[in-house]
This record gives sequence, C-alpha cells and structure tokens, in this order.
Amino acid sequence: MRILHGLLALALSAAVPAWADEAPKRGGTFTYMIPADAPPSLDGHRETTYATVHATAPFYSVLIRINPDNPSSPSDYVCDLCTEMPTPTDNGKTWTFKIRTDVKWHDGSPLTAADVAKTWQELVHPDPGVLSARLPYYVMIDTVEATDASTVVFKLKFATSAFLPALADPFAYIYKKEILDRDPHWYEKNVMGSGPFKFVDYQIGQSISGVRNPDYYRPGLPYLDGFKAIFTPKQAVEIDAIRSDRAATEFRGMPPSARDQLLKELGDKITVQTGDWNCVDMITPNHGRKPFDDPRVRRALALAIDQWHGAPALAKIANVRTVGGIVFPGSPLAATKQELEQIAGYWSDIEKSRAEARRLLKEAGAENLSFELMNRNVEQPYKYIATWIIDEWSKVGLHVTQKVLPTGPFFDGLRSGSFDVTIDFNCQGLINPALDVGKFLPHSVYSENYGNYEDQKDIDMYQAMLHETDPVKQRIAMRDYEKYVLDTQAHMIMTPWWERIVPMRSYVRGWKISPSHYVNQDLATIWLNQ
Amino acid sequence: MSATVVDDLPDTRPSVWQAVWKFCRRQPLGTFGLVLVIIIAIAGATAELIAPYNPTANDFAAMTEAPSWEHWLGTDQFGRDMLSRIVFGARTALIVGLTSAAVGGFAGLVVGVSSAYFGGMIDLIIQRLSDIVMAFPLIIMALAVVSIFGPGVHNVIIAITIPLIPRCSRVVRASALTVRSMPYIDAARACGFGATRIILRHMAPNVVAPFLIMVTSFVGQAILAEASLSYLGLGVQEPVPAWGLMLQGGAEEYASTAPWIAIFPGLAIMLAVLGINLFGDALRDALDPKLRER
Repeated sequence: MRILHGLLALALSAAVPAWADEAPKRGGTFTYMIPADAPPSLDGHRETTYATVHATAPFYSVLIRINPDNPSSPSDYVCDLCTEMPTPTDNGKTWTFKIRTDVKWHDGSPLTAADVAKTWQELVHPDPGVLSARLPYYVMIDTVEATDASTVVFKLKFATSAFLPALADPFAYIYKKEILDRDPHWYEKNVMGSGPFKFVDYQIGQSISGVRNPDYYRPGLPYLDGFKAIFTPKQAVEIDAIRSDRAATEFRGMPPSARDQLLKELGDKITVQTGDWNCVDMITPNHGRKPFDDPRVRRALALAIDQWHGAPALAKIANVRTVGGIVFPGSPLAATKQELEQIAGYWSDIEKSRAEARRLLKEAGAENLSFELMNRNVEQPYKYIATWIIDEWSKVGLHVTQKVLPTGPFFDGLRSGSFDVTIDFNCQGLINPALDVGKFLPHSVYSENYGNYEDQKDIDMYQAMLHETDPVKQRIAMRDYEKYVLDTQAHMIMTPWWERIVPMRSYVRGWKISPSHYVNQDLATIWLNQ
Repeated sequence: MSATVVDDLPDTRPSVWQAVWKFCRRQPLGTFGLVLVIIIAIAGATAELIAPYNPTANDFAAMTEAPSWEHWLGTDQFGRDMLSRIVFGARTALIVGLTSAAVGGFAGLVVGVSSAYFGGMIDLIIQRLSDIVMAFPLIIMALAVVSIFGPGVHNVIIAITIPLIPRCSRVVRASALTVRSMPYIDAARACGFGATRIILRHMAPNVVAPFLIMVTSFVGQAILAEASLSYLGLGVQEPVPAWGLMLQGGAEEYASTAPWIAIFPGLAIMLAVLGINLFGDALRDALDPKLRER
C-alpha cells in the first residue's frame, strides 16, 4: 500500500508535467480512446457530448479558446483564428476581431472572415431546422458581421463578462461558409475543417482517424503524424487497452480505482493528471410534489448532508472531490469555505445541522418521510453519490429508496417530472459562472431545470448578477443568488464537484488537463516520447 | 364394506421423521443441499439478529478493509460490512426466489392442469402461447419484463415469475394428460362435478411430484436470475443488500485491490444455488417411484 501511495504521489506530481522543459519530438501515431458509443453526429454545433468533441476537435479551428498552455485557468483566453484578443468598444458592447490571413481549409481554399461570421451567425441565429445546442450561451450577442476579408465584428445586446467564455466554446468549430450556404446539415456526417489534422476515416461506433495537416497555420504543429481514436464505452476495456498499450489514454476521466490499478500494475509507465472538473451532481426535489413544495423540507434534505466529511472520503472511491456552491470552485466568483458555511448543507457542525433538519421535518409534518430518489444508470459518480446521500438522509429519519434508470428513461423522467427527488447534474464546457448557474433558473426560463417551480425573485436576482459588469459587485450578487437558491428556497442541493483523473502512458507529452473534458482536445501540442 | 374394516388395515406409511431420516440416509448430497438452504433461510429470516452491523450504513473510516476480527468478510468501498450485507442479501434472494417460484409454479400448475383438462382449442392456444414465451431464455425474458416495468424488488419478482409459468405448465400438463384419462376423472365427471373441482381436487394433487421438483429448481433459477438482473443494474437497487448487486460496480472496480468485495457475494450465490439444486435433484430421486426403489 505504501508503494502504491508513493507511486500515486509520484504520478500526481504530473499535475505540473515533468516534460514541460523537454524539446518536443515529431512523428508517431497517437492512439487514444473515447469512452462512449458513436456520437449522435459529427457536428459540434448541434451536439453536447464529449463523444463528438473528442472525435472531431482535431479537425477544426475556433475563433478564440482557452489557452492550451494554461487550460486550468478559468479566464486565460487566447486567439486561435484571430490575430490578437480585442479590446471592446462601445462600453463593452462591440468586439472587433482581426482574422488570420494564412489559414487554409483542408481542401486548400483560404479561410476568411466571411467563414467565421457565417459560422457565428448560424450559432447565434440558426436557420429553421438547424440545432444550435448552446444557444442560451449566446443570449448577449446581437449581430455578427464580416466587415472585410479579415475582420469580424460582434455587437452585443448588453455588456457582460459572460461573452468571452461563450465565444471560446470548444464546440464552436469554424465551418466553411460555402458549405453552410449549400447545406447547413452537411457537417453532421462530414468533416471539412482547418485544424491541425485532416480527416482520414470514420467507422461509426468503432474509430475515427486523422493525419497531420502540413498546411496548418501554427508553425511546427502538430507534432504527431496522425491519430486514431477508438470508441470504448466499457471501462474494463479501457483499462486493459492502456495496460497492454493498445491505446495511450482516454481524455474524459477515470475513477480513483482505475488510477490506482494502473499505477499499481504499470508504475512509472503511467502518469496521472488530476484537477477539479466543471461538473457537479446535484439533488433536485420535485417542487410539484408534496411535501417537496415546502422549503422547510427541502432545507432539511440539505441540512442532513455532511459535505465536509463526505467529500474527502468519496474522493477515494468516486471521481468527486471539492465541496462547492453553485459556482465552479476554481472560479473567482466561487464562494469561499467561510461563505459556504453560512448556507444550509454546509454548516461546520453537522450535529447541529441535523438537529435543525429534524426540527424542520417535524415542523413541516414530514417526520419519517419516505420517498424515491431517481438516478441515472451511470456508475461514476451518480450511483456513488446516491448511495452516500441516502445514508446521510437516513441519519435524520428519512427512508429513501433508489430508482435507477437508463439514460433515455432518466431524461424522460426529468422532463415529465415523474419523480419525488432526482439526482441531477450541471456539466459545462468553459468556466462561465454567470451562465453556468442558469441551471438554477425555473424551467420556463432555463429548459434544463427540472425542479418544477416558478420563482420570479430567482429570475430577477439572476438577471441582476448577469448584467453586473463590476467584478466585485458581481461577486456580491452571486453570493446573494447562491444563498437564495441553496438556502432560502433550497431549490436544489449540491454534492461535491467532480474530480477529473486522466491516467495516460508516460510517453504521451504536451497535453495539460483542464476543468472541462470538452476543452483542449485538438491534439496539436501532443507529442510522443518514444 | 364398513369403516371398521378400513381402520383395521395396518398403516405401513412411515412417519414424517422416518421419511426424513430415510431421505437423509439415501440422499447425502441432497441432505447437504438441504442444510445449506436451511442455513441461508435462517440467515435471511433472522438477519436483524445475526448481522453484526447495519448493512446500509457507510463507514468512511473502514473503506475496503480486508477480512478481520471486526469485519469477518471485510468491508466494501463505502465501509459497509460485507458479512452483514450478505446476511441481509440472503433475505432478498429468498424473498425473490421463493415468491417467484411459488407464484410462477402455482400459476403454471393451474394453467397446465387446465390446459390438459379442457384440451382442444384452449389447450392449443395455451401451448402456443407457452411456446412463444419459452422461445426466450429466462434471463432475456426477465430483462424484457424489467425494461417495461422498471427495476425494483417487486418488478424483479414479476419479471422472473412470468417466464416461469409456461415452463411449469408444460411439465405439469404432460403429467395431467395421463391423469385426465384415469377412470376416477371420468367418475368425477359422471358425478356432475364442475371443472374447477375436478382440476383442483382430483387432478392437481396427482401431479404434485413433478410440480414440487419444478418449483424447487425454480427457486435456484430465480435466485440466479435476480442476481443477474441486479448485476446488470436492472434488479434491486442500492442501498438494498442483494448478492448480484454486490457483484456490480464496486466488485468490478476493486477486483484486484479488494477481491473480497467480489468473492463473498459470488460464493453466497454459488452456495445457495448449489444447495437448492442438490436438494431438488435428491427430491426428484426420492419422489420418482422408479428411482425410489433402486
């Protein structure tokens, strides 16, 4: 066990990769796994799954992105197709981007500002019948225009700090205008990009591969000759593939047990990068069902849970780690521990908290309440969270059974409101707290809220926070909003934020973990030390 | 003939205890199976008394602990005592196994005897429906039923019971067809007895031997099916202790670092099914007149 801990410490030191000062080597084919079945389509604009972005990001460019050398930062945005990050004008409502003139599509034709503008016009104002999956992110964008061959101007409806993160969406691939004009659905089944790799082959549900783009606009990149991504939905297969070096890694994240097993068996042939993950499971009571329409009962559910002792224990067996509020813990807008301890469910004295939970349940006439917790048939961390939570609730006299459903029926249950209390989740791409916390808005405003409540005060507080451009005032507004939705109303109950654990063969260099499994997946900087 | 004459006949039937003793002497493996089943049944029935810990209580100070004096069979990834979960899991297995076997067996008995008694179009329809259901393996049929009704103990019982009915009815019908042609059935008809009385009073008791053998084997099959469904995430759900569920998730993840999480529930399933099958085989031998005299 000591050896394992030693190896673990050694491997986790890769959080600051040891290869940072090494000279990259050219060549080789990189094989990795995508822990999923075939993605619904290859079109990043319409899909929300990592199965799409892990398979297709290497083929595309984006306008701006999170810095691939500093992907853990929540605010370090850099240009991809633009030449420099612009300074806004018109009180933050006009953003003018100069576009690189040395970029070619994989068919050899030049990429221009018209392609960028058309792409963003489709994302913000999609044609009828065309799906733009993250449309609510772009609520602040009014118009997008190409004023000349190398200039794109974004005009906003209102200034907000949420604009740049929205623009850096890793799914927002730049598509070719000529193709979009001809058939806006073309990209669902085809690939034509300007990214570091050219498309070679796609076997549905099996693999996708690409070769080095010799005309890539970043000198010297990519380092690899090519890549092959294999779809492997079974975790046991992934571990076997890494163990036998049939594949070097997978980028979504593995549970602690898989990390421990690989370290034990492969020692220094494995490195592990870990970090907070911009994903969190939460508990959503159905306000449309008694007694969950009563805020006292919802608060009691929150007060029964010992977050501070549960999180470090769960981190040993599930891919969760950090206690947090509604904002990603690494963000400047996130609550400190002291601020969290003022909110129901985060009190430092758990006995006092549970005594209050019992009092509230008694007052609400819900002592010895029995109910069903709906959950998704996904092992990590959903089922682990549920097992923990059910035991926590039993400590205040609640009798809870669990109903686990496959993903399809689970979403049907969420949308139809056929549950007492459900495990819910909030996974986002880039860290963009002002928009990410939209999850707590009523369903009539935010379609992916399943609490079945209407709350005008909730909406008003959110809008005030979203439109606040002063960072200090915005942080105060966020605290008020957080206190309201987690404590006063207890619309939802947070669980520890996820931890991303990515074990990979030690010869893989040049990739840095980020808080999102959607980000930094174009493979341009990856090289193989073989 | 008077009642006195009948009473004067010597009673050559052995007492229950004599029959049990004879069974034990002639069927040592079956006796071993019966002992296993009794132990499991007692464990399930008295779980609250004999389990050393609450089977659903997490103990983060004792996660994945190897077997020790504190935890004889170790703990799982949540620090839950494996022995307590296995003892309570016996209850889940027996509830599902016995209920499915009893309900499926009794329904199969009624359907099989009725099918044989009425014959003709009713028999034809029942048998073809049975063919359709029996065309699917038990676990596939159970999976289909669970996918319709959803997971949970009650739905698992329904899912396992439905495919057992035609399996039992087919065997019972074969015996009942022989019984139907017996003179006493004709006599009962001639006396004007109704179909229900003839089926339940005169035919069903005479097909009890194959019925009992079937039901015994059903218990083992039902326990295995429940474990399979739970293993696939479609049966009993956490935190309810169930052997198949204990083999899912944690057992897979910790197979190399904490193998006891997988070994002991697997062992429990194996012993339960082995015990029931050994007992069932011995029961068949004991009830079969041809084998009984050997």
